[in-house]
Amino acid sequence: MASMKMTAAQVARKVIENQPLFILDVRNGDAYEDWKIEGHRFDYLNVPYFHLIDGVEEILHALPTDKDVLVVCAKEGSSQMVAEMISEAGRDVYYLEGGMKSWSSYVEPIKVGNLTGGGELYQFVRFGKGCLSYMVISEGEAAVIDAVRFTDEFINFAKEKNVEIKHVFDTHLHADHISGGRHIAEETGAIYYLPPKDATEVEFEYTPLEDGLSIKIGVSKLEVGALYSPGHTIGSTSFIVDSKYLLTGDILFIDSIGRPDLAGLAEDWVDDLRQTLYIRYRELSEELTVLPAHFMIIDELNEDGTVAKRLGDLLIENHGLNIEDEAEFRRTVTDNLPPQPNAYQQIRQVNMGKVSPNHEEQIEMEIGPNRCAVR
Amino acid sequence: MDSITVLDVKGMSCPMPIVRTKKAMDTLSSGDILEVHTTDKGALADMPAWVNTAGHSIVEQKEVEDVLIFFIKKVEK
Repeated sequence: MASMKMTAAQVARKVIENQPLFILDVRNGDAYEDWKIEGHRFDYLNVPYFHLIDGVEEILHALPTDKDVLVVCAKEGSSQMVAEMISEAGRDVYYLEGGMKSWSSYVEPIKVGNLTGGGELYQFVRFGKGCLSYMVISEGEAAVIDAVRFTDEFINFAKEKNVEIKHVFDTHLHADHISGGRHIAEETGAIYYLPPKDATEVEFEYTPLEDGLSIKIGVSKLEVGALYSPGHTIGSTSFIVDSKYLLTGDILFIDSIGRPDLAGLAEDWVDDLRQTLYIRYRELSEELTVLPAHFMIIDELNEDGTVAKRLGDLLIENHGLNIEDEAEFRRTVTDNLPPQPNAYQQIRQVNMGKVSPNHEEQIEMEIGPNRCAVR
Repeated sequence: MDSITVLDVKGMSCPMPIVRTKKAMDTLSSGDILEVHTTDKGALADMPAWVNTAGHSIVEQKEVEDVLIFFIKKVEK
């Protein structure tokens, strides 16, 4: 029997298409508990590879024969070793090419919808880390919002679509992942915008992203408008695209809300978060489709793989938007918070331009889930 | 005095550092110490986890210029 490679792109297909998959994760228990590949119909078994050096007989009975079995490890080596042992024992088996490292890096652009005058809006889903980036396309021009660090994904996509990236925005100074925004702007000659209140310590030139700023993409009236919406950070800014979509950054997610503590100022920013979620967003049309910068759990994905939901529905269903009592709200977003994202302080330094880690160091920093939310 | 054996697996990536460590440990006697040199950062979590399940013990662990060094004492089950 054979042991075969499966790519991160093939795994992403299984997530989007709701296919079953059995994952034998051979990383150590802590790493597995902290972060794994999530799918609607995925089953799991975690046995560290160092338990399997002498043989896989003990786990063979636990591997199903009616669905694909994928062995996963951090970088590939261990999963390949274990997969070869399983195949020698007479079973078909896959191992993940590049391991969790490549799963963390995989990004898939999915169309969210059409915009005025033939425009299009794409969501770039980074399944492994739960990051969501956006590209607004209209009449030969494009704007990119909250780009992750894989700048080629965006630049090549723009080439395929035959559009020129003119504007690059970050809704806030990210703490969970390294932004690709500044580098895309440098490569394409686009303007890079950042909220000035988040940029007090940055060591590069940027254009201030101010409340009320309105940008036209293409020659028609397709507008991307900025709405100051602090709380996750003091500068956090949302976008309204074509009067149809509300890009909320890390303020409002589908099944959770932003956490205010990643810059160390939770107590100060709680009131801003409350104001944004309970006053500013409530003044907007309930028909807007909310597009956040993250998802945390696989249930937040729609059937087509996108992460999007009507604001009116979130106002009813999202627990974080339904805490009447202000003191309770304060407790919810400041007490018993989940662990912070891996290396979040270093990542903020990178996004401020203060340090420039190499490729391997960037991968290490971004290991694990995003953890930007409070449920 | 128990003997110390040095195993150099610098430059090797996961799973080889642990696989080689296990094989080397199999050749030692109870009480002997294996000194493992590895540059694989994954060993930081995996080596103690493996040593623990194998029933041996890490008597010392240090990092010298990006090389992780483990002193593992063999404990016969």
